[in-house]
Amino acid sequence: MRNRPLLRTSYNQELALLDTTSKKVAVGILLAVGVALPWLVEDQLLQLIGLACVTAIGAIGLNIVTGYAGQVSLGHAFFLAIGAYTAAAIAGDPDARTIGFGVREILIWLPAAGVVAALAGVLVAPLATRLRGLYLAIVTLGLVFIGGHVINEWSSLTGGPGIGRQPPAPTLLGYDLNTGDAFLTRDQKLYLLMLVLLVIAALAARNLARSRVGRAFTAIRDRDIAAGVMGVNLARYKTIAFGVSSFYAGCAGALLYVGIGYFDPTTFNLLLSVQYIAMILIGGAGTVSGAVLGAFLITLLPRLIREVPSFLPFISNSPAESPNAYQLETVLYGVLIIVFLIFEPRGLFGIWIRLRNYWKAWPFSY
Amino acid sequence: MLRFEDVRLSFAGVKAIDGVSFTVAKDELFAVIGPNGAGKTSIFNVISGVYRPQHGRVTLDGTDLTGLRPDKVAKLGVARTFQNVELFQHLTVLENLMLGRHHHIRYGTLAAIAWLGRARREEIANRAVVEDIVDFLELAQWRRLPVGLLPYGVQKRVELGRALAMEPKLLLLDEPVAGMNLEETEDMARFILDVREELGIPMILVEHDMGLVMDLADRVMVVDFGVPVATGTPAEVQHNPDVLRAYLGEVEAA
Repeated sequence: MRNRPLLRTSYNQELALLDTTSKKVAVGILLAVGVALPWLVEDQLLQLIGLACVTAIGAIGLNIVTGYAGQVSLGHAFFLAIGAYTAAAIAGDPDARTIGFGVREILIWLPAAGVVAALAGVLVAPLATRLRGLYLAIVTLGLVFIGGHVINEWSSLTGGPGIGRQPPAPTLLGYDLNTGDAFLTRDQKLYLLMLVLLVIAALAARNLARSRVGRAFTAIRDRDIAAGVMGVNLARYKTIAFGVSSFYAGCAGALLYVGIGYFDPTTFNLLLSVQYIAMILIGGAGTVSGAVLGAFLITLLPRLIREVPSFLPFISNSPAESPNAYQLETVLYGVLIIVFLIFEPRGLFGIWIRLRNYWKAWPFSY
Repeated sequence: MLRFEDVRLSFAGVKAIDGVSFTVAKDELFAVIGPNGAGKTSIFNVISGVYRPQHGRVTLDGTDLTGLRPDKVAKLGVARTFQNVELFQHLTVLENLMLGRHHHIRYGTLAAIAWLGRARREEIANRAVVEDIVDFLELAQWRRLPVGLLPYGVQKRVELGRALAMEPKLLLLDEPVAGMNLEETEDMARFILDVREELGIPMILVEHDMGLVMDLADRVMVVDFGVPVATGTPAEVQHNPDVLRAYLGEVEAA
């Protein structure tokens, strides 16, 4: 069998996530680069890539409910906020102005943030069993506004708009991750933490997607009536989709601002939800790697655009002049969504598939 | 086996089913025919729980199905195919068939996320069952293709396979050969006979292809405007004057 690498002799081989040698090599290289990155790039950029990892966890979460299960949710910012404030409250300084219980252990506050958000997701899920499509999108939109109002007013928890509060400062089994030491700087530690969490989150999502639960999600997305007749309990699986998705959002929310060290309740607005929708549309709805690609692109886009003025001198880096890089960013952001929707609805993941198929057949066209 | 007793279903004044009763015996192939809009598909929707009738009862082996949710009815052993193919377009043939196994595969969300032991074992065991169905329906060459890309005749066959994967006690076939050419129709007829002979599953067949119905069915029920016109063997029904009237219109008295 040595000369036929694609020949499968057991179902176990076929169920493997990395079922070809090239996938194994590619993932191995990616992981190696990911782990080596703290010693390759400066800390400022590292912090941004760490943020991209956390954003990717959130995007994977939205992709579970919207990409796989087909329930369009504009309420992702709401669940991110729940996670962020749960974690901040549990890990916060008890003597500070805002609520805090001083439990800085990440193994406690991170799952707690996920679970509280997941409970909120399960409470919202009955809406999804009653409504579909645009109606559900509008109702979840309402969540963002209700949540936004609550966190803006609840200043003993959130610090209030314009003031904000500190995110959790993580320690792992007593090891302080929030300050630098002789071996690693603060940003290096946080980046590695977020990379590991992203790998775990992505693996869990892939496992879920290939299981009976993931199949039930896609069945509901493609034909909900047929799914019911096949024995899929629609209400149950929509609830699971919202629960798992919100768990991811809660964990992502808890970690999002750890790097920056400050966050403000006005962040959790509709724009944040829309950004997450954009990530999964641009990355590729219904794929884990697509969500990760989309999250990295959207998070790193502003940083990439800062480099544009050095190539195109007529674009300024100063917000006072026009045209400037900030305007370009806004325009590009919209253009990307439109271009992807029209030319490649499968997103970056779809482009990857096309490239792969092209090189598989090269030099023939098919 | 299945008892369908005096069921009435109406949509805001339109009587879709108006007092239909029949029974299906073990190993029987029971056909329901009638002109368009006669209420044939509505009968299926009542059995599989998509519609809830205002009156009447449906029982399977003595268990009351009336008003149960579709997924509950499916778990009790009723599988069906649809008139317009209702497959999961973006999933492969294998995944569609695995969805038919949904309630035979037993593990929860957390086991799925961990993908250790139980989830993997269950997937592999059920995959083996699905491969048997792939063989049975000669779908091997399309197994890995997304269903949306397949020719219509094959999609219909995949739908039959998905229903068989449920290991049903009763199979409902809603126009299995609609829109097919002669060759595809003959293939499908052969598969329906195979299901009867090898698996012994009782079936209810709704179909407009009279040749197929008369050849395959043990008993035929004719409905028109939601009202049962006649029930009997194919030969009896073919010569029933009420049936001729329903299909061809009133015969002028000579």
